[in-house]
Parts: sequence; C-alpha cells; structure tokens
Amino acid sequence: MSEVELWIALILGIMMLSSAVLALVVKNHLAAVAAASVVSLGLALLFALMRAPDVAMTEAAVGAGLSSLILALALRRLGLWQIDSGRENSNLLSASSKGKDDA
Amino acid sequence: MIPGVTLELILYTTALGLVIIGLAGVVLSSHLFRMVLALVIAEAGANLMLVLSGYRWDAVAPILLQRAEQPTMVDPVPQAMVLTAIVIGVGIQALAVSILIRIRQRYGNLKRRDVAEKMDAEIAASAGIRRDISQDAPLGERPLSPLPAHTAESRGGDA
Repeated sequence: MSEVELWIALILGIMMLSSAVLALVVKNHLAAVAAASVVSLGLALLFALMRAPDVAMTEAAVGAGLSSLILALALRRLGLWQIDSGRENSNLLSASSKGKDDA
Repeated sequence: MIPGVTLELILYTTALGLVIIGLAGVVLSSHLFRMVLALVIAEAGANLMLVLSGYRWDAVAPILLQRAEQPTMVDPVPQAMVLTAIVIGVGIQALAVSILIRIRQRYGNLKRRDVAEKMDAEIAASAGIRRDISQDAPLGERPLSPLPAHTAESRGGDA
C-alpha cells in the first residue's frame, strides 16, 4: 500500500514539475494554460493521496476547471487565442510532430 | 524503491519545486500573461506545502465516525485553510486577468518592457517633468561621466 502510494506520488510529482516548466516555456499561450491546468489536476490527485478528499474535490473543480476556463476566455479577450500556429515552428509540440512526419 | 525515500520527501520536493519554478517565472518572464500563469503555479506549490504540514502517513481522513475508539486523523485545520486559499486564488487570478485586459486596451500589447516604457512616459507626461529614466540607466543620467580607463588605472596605483 505504502509502496504504491510512493510510486504514484513520484510519477505525479515529476509530471507536475515538468508541466510547470512547460507552462512557462512553450510559445503557444493556449498550450501554456493547458499545462497549468495539468499542474492543478495533479495537485488534486496528490490531495486525494494525502487524505484530504474535500480539498481534492475543490481543487479539481475550481483550480483545474474554473481557473483554466477564466484564463482561456481571457486569452480570447487579449487576442492571444490561437489553436494551431501552423507554418513556423513556434510551438514545441508542432515542432516535434513535424520532425516525426519528416522522419 | 530506494530506502530513505519517503512519501513526505517526494511531496516536499514537489511543493518546493513548484514554488521555485513559479517565483522564477514571475521574476524572469517577459510577457505579462506568462507572469499570471507563474503566479498560479507558485500558489499551487504553496497549497501543497500547507496541506503537507498536517499530513501523517499512519492517519486516516478527518471524518468523524460513530465508533468507540477513533483512529488517528490527519490535521483538518490546514485543509480548511487551503480550501479557502484555493477559492481566493481563483479570485486573485480573475482580478489579474481583468487588469491585463485593461493594460491591453490602453497600451496595445502585453510585453513587459514595452508596457513599462509606455507607463513611465505617461507618468512623466502627466507630472510634467522630463523623463530621464530608461531601462539602461534606472536611476537616470549619471552626474559625472565615468572615468576613462587610464585615469582609473593611475588613481588605483596611487591608492
């Protein structure tokens, strides 16, 4: 039981830290909002692991749902909303997928 | 698993890492929207650390049962505080986003350096003073020009 919790916490922690870095590095603002939402979702799972089920529910609903909704709608008002940055490799994900297509 | 690696160690590392990444993003990012995102990440790390302060590995969730002997519970007080902090965090985020929308309406973009330049110019214009502060000379023009290289060298030799 404890061993399983340890592995789950390790995987979630690595996922959260890497997607926190990704949220600050990636060019596309919508992808950055999605990465911040992944951090919130992993935090909700960690709260459930730490026997705080009420906090986990609130974090999943408010932190991951409402806050990323607010940020994404703000992106539309700020004129930064772009789903796909298309031609140039301005995006980490599009760059990697383009490289895969070439290979 | 490696002996010595406990659940608390992993969780503290995650919380500290999130706070550090968030603060570095607030300080280093050059776009104002990215700054708000970094603030959200730092706040997530702070919440994790608060809940972690009441955590015990051998305890159950803080729910009272109708039973003769109550098993040990994790501390419910930090959990209640974090429940409030999550909601307040979303409020702060909405306020920051609304300020961003006003900045975009006024200055046209959200680049940090650009907005700071325009804001400085506007403050100087409304105060009616000359604007002599720039990013390269934050305290304004120097009263004396810096010494040429050979003068500084000879002065150092004298001292």
